Amino acid sequence: MPDSEIKNNYEPKIVAFFCNWCTYTAADLAGVSRLKYAPNVRVIRIMCSGRVDPQFILQAFASGADGVLIGGCHPGDCHYSEGNYKMLRRFRLLKRMLKSLGIAEKRLRLEWISASEGEKVKSVINEMVEQLKVLGPLAIPQSLDKINEELKEIPEEEIREEEPAHA
Amino acid sequence: MPDKPKIGFYWCASCGGCEESVVDLAEDIIMVADAVDIVFWPVAMDFKRSDVEAMDDGSILATMVNGAIRTSEQEEMARLIRRKSKIVIAYGSCAHMGGIPSLANEFPRQQIMDFMYEGSPSVVNPDKTRPMLSVKHNSMNVTLPEIRNLVRTLDQVIDVDYYIPGCPPTPKLLKDAVLVLLSGKLPPKGTVLSPDEALCEQCKHKDTKPVDVSFKQFYRPHMVIIDNTKCLLSQGVICMGPATRAGCEALCIQGNMPCSGCFGPTSRVKDQGAKMLSSLCSNISAKDEEGIDAVLDGIPDPVGTFYRYGLASSLLRKKIPEDV
Ligand code: SF4
Ligand code: SF4
Ligand code: FES
Repeated sequence: MPDSEIKNNYEPKIVAFFCNWCTYTAADLAGVSRLKYAPNVRVIRIMCSGRVDPQFILQAFASGADGVLIGGCHPGDCHYSEGNYKMLRRFRLLKRMLKSLGIAEKRLRLEWISASEGEKVKSVINEMVEQLKVLGPLAIPQSLDKINEELKEIPEEEIREEEPAHA
Repeated sequence: MPDKPKIGFYWCASCGGCEESVVDLAEDIIMVADAVDIVFWPVAMDFKRSDVEAMDDGSILATMVNGAIRTSEQEEMARLIRRKSKIVIAYGSCAHMGGIPSLANEFPRQQIMDFMYEGSPSVVNPDKTRPMLSVKHNSMNVTLPEIRNLVRTLDQVIDVDYYIPGCPPTPKLLKDAVLVLLSGKLPPKGTVLSPDEALCEQCKHKDTKPVDVSFKQFYRPHMVIIDNTKCLLSQGVICMGPATRAGCEALCIQGNMPCSGCFGPTSRVKDQGAKMLSSLCSNISAKDEEGIDAVLDGIPDPVGTFYRYGLASSLLRKKIPEDV
């Protein structure tokens, strides 16, 4: 578990992929309507949730995101007819795969949010931020840096005392 | 006699198959042995580390290193080889992408040690003896390399010039690489020495590969009798061909088995597993969660299926401990 102190003071970073035709417009609406939601999201506008390549999601986590949120049109409403179903299918398997790679389920979320649902953008983001705060930082780049310290070269002549391996 | 270019071969965390593939050159090995001086090849000839240390820096034209990097000794050898060689080639899936050994990145080192030295049913170790990094024995200090926390690709430890993919690479790829080295016409640094297109392009089933597959169920090879006249994906058998680089001439498919992805991705793909997951899932026929999950049950181990040869080089590289 991460240090409880880091945990208490930390602000999760969420990368959000929002479909241009629905969730992105809804987020805009939330802004215009002056709805207040947590400032923890970095929104990336895409033309359809079906454009979200699972590589983008992994890249986000690998670059330090604590959560990834995808917003698409409701079933039946996708402007490219099937994009959101494609996303849903990838999401189902990706979630299971991420779980077996140790990434908590709540860190990846898919929501259908239509252009008029500004309120939903707000509640989904706020809820996700709360959940991520409970989980604590994922901090993949930092933990990798820490592991990579073992790669430092030790001078050969350094004689080691008796020591157990891999304690 | 003018000096022939010097070549080396070395192995790290590997099974020996890559070394075998060098011998598989068959009569071409004579061509290679004629054209170059093999100055380092511990698996086949008696070379010691001190022999390499005694060589001038940069005096070896090229060393092919196979195997992933798991121990401190392998790191030291990789660095030594880097100093002594003008060109370092990551040879085979393990050096290229981590290979099968990097599936160990799904487990913390402690858990692996516990299993190997105690838990495994074939181990009898009542004293719970564990390897020591160093121990005094008859007033000598005896040391062992450390097993690191992560399995790494060669290029995560040293600078690598070229990659020859495959588990193991085919003799043809090795021969072509040697010819390129001898010709002096070197491709840009970082090149994977195998055609940069999907395996499907080399596959005899290319023409029967459907443009709009619609998966209702996935089958693992033991569950069905594979029809050897049709694309395996069209039969619901997971074939990594679309997400895998060409170069093997579709060997596994010729043997009526699906491609499991050993050549890694093409240059346009960063994460082979995510790409394959993406293309497979898009083509599932169901539209509701329950139906989708029922089809996906046919992939019980997505990590082992999509990252069989490349967990170490994937975007996440390892299992994240303690998050769930
Ligand atoms: S998916 Fe497999 S069987 Fe089908 S064309 Fe590609 S490599 Fe051949
Ligand atoms: S078919 Fe796939 S798994 Fe088999 S040798 Fe070729 S790239 Fe490797
Ligand atoms: S257009 Fe919005 S999800 Fe496809």
